[in-house]
Amino acid sequence: MALATLAGKVRAMAIEFMKPGAFKENAATAMADPDLRIAMKMLNDGMIPNRQGAVDKLPEFEKLSQRGRELKDHVLGNLDFYLERFERNCKAAGGKVHWCSTPEDARLAILKICQSVDAKSVTKGKSMIAEEIHLNGFLEKNDIEPVETDLGEYIIQLAEEPPSHIIGPAIHKTKDQVSDLFLKHHAKLGRTERQTEPPKMVNEAREILRQKYFDADVGITGANYLIAETGSSIIVTNEGNGDLTQTLPKIHIVVASLEKVVPTLEDATTFLRLLARSATGQEFSAYTTISTGARRDDDVDGPGEYHVVLLDNGRSAMLGSEVQDMLRCIRCGACMNHCPVYQSVGGHTYGTVYVGPMGAVLSPALLGVSDTKHLPCASTLCGRCEEVCPVSIPLPRLLRQWRQRSFEAGDLPSLERWGLSTWAFFAKRPWLYGAGAQLAMRGLAYLGRKKGRVQKLWFAGGWTDGRDLPAPEGQTFQERWRKQQRGRKLS
Amino acid sequence: MSAKSGRDTILGSIRQSLGRPALSADAKRDLDEHITKHRSNLVPARGKGEHGELVERFQEMAKAASCTVAIIPDEAGVPAAVADYLRANNLPTQVTLASDDWLTGLDWDSQSLLETKQGKAGIDDLVSVTPAFAAVAETGTLVALSGANHPTTLNFVPDYHVVALRKSQIVGAYEDVWAKLRKANKQGRGFTMPRTVNMITGPSRTADIALTIELGAHGPRSLHIVLVDDETDGETNGETG
Repeated sequence: MALATLAGKVRAMAIEFMKPGAFKENAATAMADPDLRIAMKMLNDGMIPNRQGAVDKLPEFEKLSQRGRELKDHVLGNLDFYLERFERNCKAAGGKVHWCSTPEDARLAILKICQSVDAKSVTKGKSMIAEEIHLNGFLEKNDIEPVETDLGEYIIQLAEEPPSHIIGPAIHKTKDQVSDLFLKHHAKLGRTERQTEPPKMVNEAREILRQKYFDADVGITGANYLIAETGSSIIVTNEGNGDLTQTLPKIHIVVASLEKVVPTLEDATTFLRLLARSATGQEFSAYTTISTGARRDDDVDGPGEYHVVLLDNGRSAMLGSEVQDMLRCIRCGACMNHCPVYQSVGGHTYGTVYVGPMGAVLSPALLGVSDTKHLPCASTLCGRCEEVCPVSIPLPRLLRQWRQRSFEAGDLPSLERWGLSTWAFFAKRPWLYGAGAQLAMRGLAYLGRKKGRVQKLWFAGGWTDGRDLPAPEGQTFQERWRKQQRGRKLS
Repeated sequence: MSAKSGRDTILGSIRQSLGRPALSADAKRDLDEHITKHRSNLVPARGKGEHGELVERFQEMAKAASCTVAIIPDEAGVPAAVADYLRANNLPTQVTLASDDWLTGLDWDSQSLLETKQGKAGIDDLVSVTPAFAAVAETGTLVALSGANHPTTLNFVPDYHVVALRKSQIVGAYEDVWAKLRKANKQGRGFTMPRTVNMITGPSRTADIALTIELGAHGPRSLHIVLVDDETDGETNGETG
């Protein structure tokens, strides 16, 4: 319990630091948090084999992925056309489209709709765009209660924290932390027993949220896709909260960014085959729902109004630029699940709404590279993110591009600039580089001669504090390569 | 308010970034053709096959997604199958039916202990019984369309959801459902979408607490499929995809 309290304090500090500029401080705090280690290990042990299992079961996965990539590129090249068609067909089905350049435009459009029915309470399905425009705080300021209904979002709303993962917003929380949180917030509702078993905890949240769905005036969801052909939006969920959210209130508002549009139902289908497998390792999520317009005259349930709030927020400017490929992203989260840096520091360290490799590429485009310069550096460029991306976004290349931009803009601290310049000096003089590498390899081999590993190394405490450095055999790669090539010629 | 609408600003910015003006009429016609033809992309092999094979695959995939399945030889047996399910799960005997013609045309009075009502779901409704528009073998997915006799709330509010499905309604892939939908809702040269198309694969679930999968997050805790064998002797009376 004492440990949990300490961890709670550590996290409260981390949240205070929540800004991209504080990445290094946040990372140090996160690495020292024992609860986060537990949570991240579960992510690593669960998500990676789950995804691989689902991909292995579908022999056509690679081909679908290739097709998905082509489709997204086709849409991005004709984005104006498909958005116009989407709007036309959405209107024809009785919906309304609100074009919003900035988060502020989007917030105001949503507020206006809520005020049209004098809304007091708004239920929300999980939406990253709603996070991006910081909708909850804004609604609260305007005396409208936002109720998060996705269990993960509900947990972090109680904890007053931002999401730490685009699919599992509360993935950083251990079971014990959720137990404490529920007891703290549910006691006043008469739930005074601390539940410790996940089935009972899930049930408690279910029972508490049930009435809220029926009481809400407006339901807000995101959209995984918008379909130009039919003017529809699609949500993909597992809990059923999104469907209750969009069916029971008087108004359904969809918040979506521009690049979510796809031409036809068939095209959306290709992405549906990629999404759940990449995200959670499921063959298909429990609920895939296509919504078109408001309830029809003879329908007995469903919302009386259907609004789509379309957000740009810098995306149109990404078209035609070197980071356009990022707009292919289908928000599956596979890149962060497989990222060794994300697994070590968790999502909050990034200090941005979007985290992990996709966040480190997208955030500089949305927020500017100066404020987010640490994020593209938070990567070992190991390439796993690109390998598992279902739409082949070259994340390592894009990260390098942001690094270069940030270097050119003079945003890097002088020590890093000096380090890079020194490295460049050697790299441009191969003979000097080779000699330096030989010296270093022999030195390291000497240091680790007894145990085969180096336990402490000056200037590299960040590495050796946590683990040993395997000692090299004493030769550089170049030396071994030359030797092997000679051997080949002789044989 | 700026003089330029959000719409013009965004479309203008897209065109500026792409380095071209709005598409020409010819280019638009080509893209409209892409939409009108709505060609299928790659359909996985598991979404194709003989109808009998697809029926088997549907059941296998639905069970893998935590559905339970009861097969009955005749549609007249649906009310009894629902009563059996309630008994086996110790559930109360009140059920809410979708006011669908086929479903309500069955002899529910044959089950003396069963109390039925029709319409949308209320907060206290525990069990719903609905028909489906189609079912997809590829992933064991049920497809329901909203409409006057098919309230969406019946799929999500009650704790227990029973779907009465006929074997002839099972198709191979999602694309087969779109084809069936376009045909059923044909209007002029196009078709109308219902307010909601629900694709349902197993009961509600979450993994938001410590990545442990729990059923019954907000939607039904349990999804039971009563599968009517309306294809005895290998004959089908519905689409086979």
